Amino acid sequence: GIPIRTTLDNSTSVQYAGLLHQLTMKARSTVRDIDPQNDLTFLRIRSKKHEIMVAPDKDYLLIVIQNPCE
Amino acid sequence: IGHPEIFPLVFTTKTQEIFNCRVDEDVTEENCFKLIKKEDIIQDLKTRAAISDFHPVKKVVLEYPGEELLVVFDAKFQYGQNFYFVASEEAKENLLKPPETAEEKEEENREETLEVHPYKPPVHKPWVSLGSEKEIEEESVKDTVTKIKYVISQVHRKFGAPITFTDKNASHVKESYVECTSYQDKTFSIKMLEKDVGVQMVPKVREASTQTKWTYPKNAATQYFPRQLSNEEKEESLSSEKLKEFLRSVHLRMEIALQQNEIMNAFFDDWEALAEDESNSGSKPDAYLKAYQSFTDLHYLKDRTISCVCWHPTIYGIIAVSAKEQLSFEEQVNLSDKSLMQQPVILFLSFSDPIHPQLMLECPEDIYCFQFCPSDPNIIAGGCINGQVLLWDISQHEEKLQKAKTDADGIKVTAVNMVDAFILNTLQYIYMYVGKNSTEPPLVRHCAVSSIQYSHIKPVTDIHWLPDYFKDNRMGATFENRAEICVQLVTCSSDCSVLFWGIPATKLPEQPSSEKVREKEIFYTPPDVPDTSKHLDLCWKPLIKMHLCESDPNTEYGPVRISLRELHYHCKTSEKVQSLNTLEVPTKDSPYTERSTSSSKNLKLLENISTDIFVGTEDGEIVYSNWKMEIDSDSAKPVSQKHAEEYITHTETINALQRSPFFKDIILSIGGRNFAIWKEGVTNGPILQSSCSAGRYTAGHWSLTRPGVFFIGRDDGNIDIWDLLKKSHEPSHFQNISKSMITFISPWIASPKQHFLAVSDDLGVLHVLEICQKRSHPSRNEHANILNYFEREVKYLKYREQEFQ
Repeated sequence: GIPIRTTLDNSTSVQYAGLLHQLTMKARSTVRDIDPQNDLTFLRIRSKKHEIMVAPDKDYLLIVIQNPCE
Repeated sequence: IGHPEIFPLVFTTKTQEIFNCRVDEDVTEENCFKLIKKEDIIQDLKTRAAISDFHPVKKVVLEYPGEELLVVFDAKFQYGQNFYFVASEEAKENLLKPPETAEEKEEENREETLEVHPYKPPVHKPWVSLGSEKEIEEESVKDTVTKIKYVISQVHRKFGAPITFTDKNASHVKESYVECTSYQDKTFSIKMLEKDVGVQMVPKVREASTQTKWTYPKNAATQYFPRQLSNEEKEESLSSEKLKEFLRSVHLRMEIALQQNEIMNAFFDDWEALAEDESNSGSKPDAYLKAYQSFTDLHYLKDRTISCVCWHPTIYGIIAVSAKEQLSFEEQVNLSDKSLMQQPVILFLSFSDPIHPQLMLECPEDIYCFQFCPSDPNIIAGGCINGQVLLWDISQHEEKLQKAKTDADGIKVTAVNMVDAFILNTLQYIYMYVGKNSTEPPLVRHCAVSSIQYSHIKPVTDIHWLPDYFKDNRMGATFENRAEICVQLVTCSSDCSVLFWGIPATKLPEQPSSEKVREKEIFYTPPDVPDTSKHLDLCWKPLIKMHLCESDPNTEYGPVRISLRELHYHCKTSEKVQSLNTLEVPTKDSPYTERSTSSSKNLKLLENISTDIFVGTEDGEIVYSNWKMEIDSDSAKPVSQKHAEEYITHTETINALQRSPFFKDIILSIGGRNFAIWKEGVTNGPILQSSCSAGRYTAGHWSLTRPGVFFIGRDDGNIDIWDLLKKSHEPSHFQNISKSMITFISPWIASPKQHFLAVSDDLGVLHVLEICQKRSHPSRNEHANILNYFEREVKYLKYREQEFQ
């Protein structure tokens, strides 16, 4: 995907956009394979350092990266 | 023997003479044939009869058909005797001729190496019986008895009578013939139970084929950099309706997720937290401080007390120790009477080699305190007993120190890279070589000494490096320090003054310090000292001198320990030396300003650096003052501010005054029989003051890992460990380390698993203890708890003041 609006630096946002777009596509296809009536609404990836939240749509993708609250 | 016509004979010399066949005269090896007439032989036989040599062959001779007989000289004793006599004409001819023909043939076919044996047909020999005919006779079957012969015939008259023949059917008469019909005899039929049969399996093979279309992936296009929308396109997308709708729909979901995160910490590991709680409340580990190693040196540390201990900031396992004479109180007062028994040094000790010190720094006088420069661990600043400040540069030995942990034996010389033909360097090399031979650690002479005039009058009691992000000049204003190197020191002494020193640029170690040594061969400098600061010897002056005195100038303070707020360093270990922007010092008498001076206008004036200073004095007072210089409007000279506050809580000299590594405004002061914790800004008094203890406290330090823990050393050799969260009225743990007074405590984090505590005592022994893991690890929320505790105490203090006012 192409980032439209971002608060990170250019290279990072491009990287995130590309990778997460593919992942979202994959997740969506997985969900629909199991049940074709279903669709992906929200994707959350929790890692050691951050939490990445992705809200997909037909044309756009909203990605939020959060640090754990401590 | 195989030749029946050859008869070996022995010819005596007499015979030889008679027949003219003397050996080697008439008959030789080549010419070995001699023909002798038959008549002569017969004659000889008659004359000599039995003694004639021909006697054995007499018969043969008599029967010999020919006239002449051949006698051959047998030099090789082929037939057993020295002559042999040929009995037949044929043989004689053969013997005489074939040698000739053979010789001829040999002459003809000399090139032929093959030996052609002439074909001799087999010679008929009489059969010699070897006993086989007897066997044949035994085996052959012979009739032993003659056979009996019988003849049976009819009567003669019946021969020749007429006969008539008739036919008769044989089957009519039963006994006329005997029939032998074949029948199946069961005894002879063998029932076959098993039969070996060969079977061959042939797979059914069927050939079939298909053709599929194989599409292999081929790069239609390669993208080298990511696609990006131009700004207009971005604008357009941003303002489009679709985006707005999208955001509206998605926004709720995202909010829920974020809220969830706020409520609950998803990264919280319950198991870990559970384990922590248990370990704290469970059984105590047996030893809080485990003895790791102890160091002492017979030459330098015997009968001396250790005044200061510092860990090397970067190299693991290296501690530096300074020792001073054990002085009685009277001697301490009259310092000039003290005689130097031995060259005082600062010793560098390494874990890997507890007996031999790795490095020694030469000092003209006893050192009371010293510090490593945080930005460059090769610079060490120390304060002497006579008030001078010294600087050492050990960059040449850095390699050696780093190697010290890997090889525990021997002391390597790192002067390898400086050996060349220059005289200076050969001297240096010899010096180093001598040093090596005597297995003494290399002695590093100081590279700068402050001028006696301008230094302190009394011993320098405390020395600190100022952090690397600001500098100040003579005017007392702080400026930003662009180069990230610590360049300034602050020292205090009991002559009531606090001095700020600056280190000029050339003193800082650069790579080519060794090259500079090489170049300047004119001046003889001590071999292992970078001569960059040659001109600084004895002319180093402080930048700012601050005099501590109370509002009435009669009472003065003799500071023993100082603590600046901004002493928290972020030590950068990068070695690159950036170009220094030194300040333009406005006054004239400054011999040590160097090369690149840039105008001080370019540097930002830092105003938010706190210039407050805590001072602990000889008499046990804590003074809180400000070292910022302000220009006095009356005299137009820079004068230090007179604002100061003092607190008298301790009865004796302050031994330690230290800021907590976790809280910038919490200070621990230790002196006499009690200690106190202060918070900067709270002017009522200490937020915590301990009760008087039985013994005197002589040294102390905050723990580096746990916010509420500090270590206090006593004069009976015990270490008290105070944990404010557990008990604030008595130490939570104490342990005895040595027999004599503890003089200095210095904790250190060598690695996440190893936390050390260096404790020095009055007998010159340095004990290195290891703090056990569990105790050095802070519990969850310890920081927050301690903070709460301090705040509570502050509130209580205020309340108390209000109440009892």
